Amino acid sequence: MSANPIIETNAPASRLQTKLRTENVSMVFTRDGESMSVLENINLEVGDGEFVCLLGPSGCGKSTLLSAIAGFFKPTVGEIRIDGEAVRNPDPRRIFVFQERGVFPWLTVEGNIGFGLARLSRSERMQRVSHYIKMVGLEGFEKSYPHELSGGMKQRVEVARALAVNPDVLFLDEPFGALDSITRMVMRGELLRIWLAERKTILFVTHDIDEAVQLADRVVVMSARPGRIQQVVHIDIPHPRDISSPRYLELRDGILSQIGLAHNL
Amino acid sequence: MTSQGQPGNWERYVWPILATAAFLAFWYFAVAWSGTKIFPSPREVERGLAELLREGVLYRDIVDSLRRVAMGYVAAVFLGIPLGLLFGWYPAVNQVVNPVIQILRPISPIAWIPIAIIFFGVGDHAAIFLVFLGAFFPILVTCVDSVAGVPLIYRRAGSNFGFTPPQLLARVVFPAALPQILVGLRIALGIAWLVVVAGEMIAVNSGLGYLIIDSRNSGKRYDLVVGAMLLIGVIGLILDLLFRRIETMKPVRWGFRNDS
Repeated sequence: MSANPIIETNAPASRLQTKLRTENVSMVFTRDGESMSVLENINLEVGDGEFVCLLGPSGCGKSTLLSAIAGFFKPTVGEIRIDGEAVRNPDPRRIFVFQERGVFPWLTVEGNIGFGLARLSRSERMQRVSHYIKMVGLEGFEKSYPHELSGGMKQRVEVARALAVNPDVLFLDEPFGALDSITRMVMRGELLRIWLAERKTILFVTHDIDEAVQLADRVVVMSARPGRIQQVVHIDIPHPRDISSPRYLELRDGILSQIGLAHNL
Repeated sequence: MTSQGQPGNWERYVWPILATAAFLAFWYFAVAWSGTKIFPSPREVERGLAELLREGVLYRDIVDSLRRVAMGYVAAVFLGIPLGLLFGWYPAVNQVVNPVIQILRPISPIAWIPIAIIFFGVGDHAAIFLVFLGAFFPILVTCVDSVAGVPLIYRRAGSNFGFTPPQLLARVVFPAALPQILVGLRIALGIAWLVVVAGEMIAVNSGLGYLIIDSRNSGKRYDLVVGAMLLIGVIGLILDLLFRRIETMKPVRWGFRNDS
């Protein structure tokens, strides 16, 4: 066993260019006259094409952080920069994927995936749509409505809708949280396959330690109330990852103890 | 409804027919045993309606009533939905106009009859205006509520793709609110059908409402009064059934199912 099983770094691996940076970001919500600090002094850098997981217990502010980075609201303090530009609004170059609840129930699979492609000509749009339908394995369901699909299929629709506009960055907010465990495993594999093929920058929020260690280049472990970055763990296992390898277990257990959980139930 | 409560195929027709037959039988015997000379029996009503049908009056009255409802209702839809979307989308605007809406809304369209006659004179336009008033407020109010109730997640997902607010309204907010808006439209259609009868009793000289008041005033033909009442009921039912078919269309069906 190495002396230092966990490699800690707030910066991406040096070969990557910085894509996204949060500078001293804090977030305070005021409710009923009482102010509550949700995020405190978040400094994070994400490299171009990097896969970063934000990991933490529920209520630690990780979804709030992701929404702020996506431009849905402004942090109370600090600045978020993507490609050096301050983030002010949501932007089609950076797509947010909700749980499958973000799929539009009034549109077919085709309509959902083509939603962001209104500027393209009809033939171009159809071509792009069918490409991504194939990528997420929904051939034959083009004309189906979301209520006719399973949870996993709806999630694929949302991922395809995001990819179809060819964004640089994907934000995924517990995207597989509502799926059963088998579908969840399959979807992780597919997301990795797509990421390896398209090399988008991915910021992925989860409360599942295994999920984080299976997917990410770096795992950002957050503590709760107020949300702070507790530790950043570099997952130095090449893909495809052997999830019973000693190194995998070492990293996972390192994060487990960091969060303060015992290894035995 | 649970599978236990789900009626079988034949039961869906047999029970309603039996209930209707029981109603007619009750009516028939109630008239016969009470010995009333004024209230008509089902047979007399049938004969009265057949007489009107032969003279071609009935058909004209039905068409006139439906035409007035259609015009008033369509005007209410085309004004109520855009305004409802606007007020729902901009809560600040809604705060300004809401008190006025809330004061006007509970006023029965019947109370507007004198005003309608001042504005439009005695005639078609006054009746159509009353139908419009009856349908407009329910459409406006459900539209405002349903737009305000569109989940934040849809708005965010939509805004992420770089649309302008009008595009967002047309492509996300309106379709997301549509199932609930349809509920309001259906209620409004029912009200429009209620109001047209009242309007026709005062403002015009055709239509089913006029038929009722005219049959009473000229010769106390209560068989025709009751016949027109029944027709109003049946046509209202048909309108409602037709409207319900819209709710099963795929782009809106998600809003009416519990299991999606």
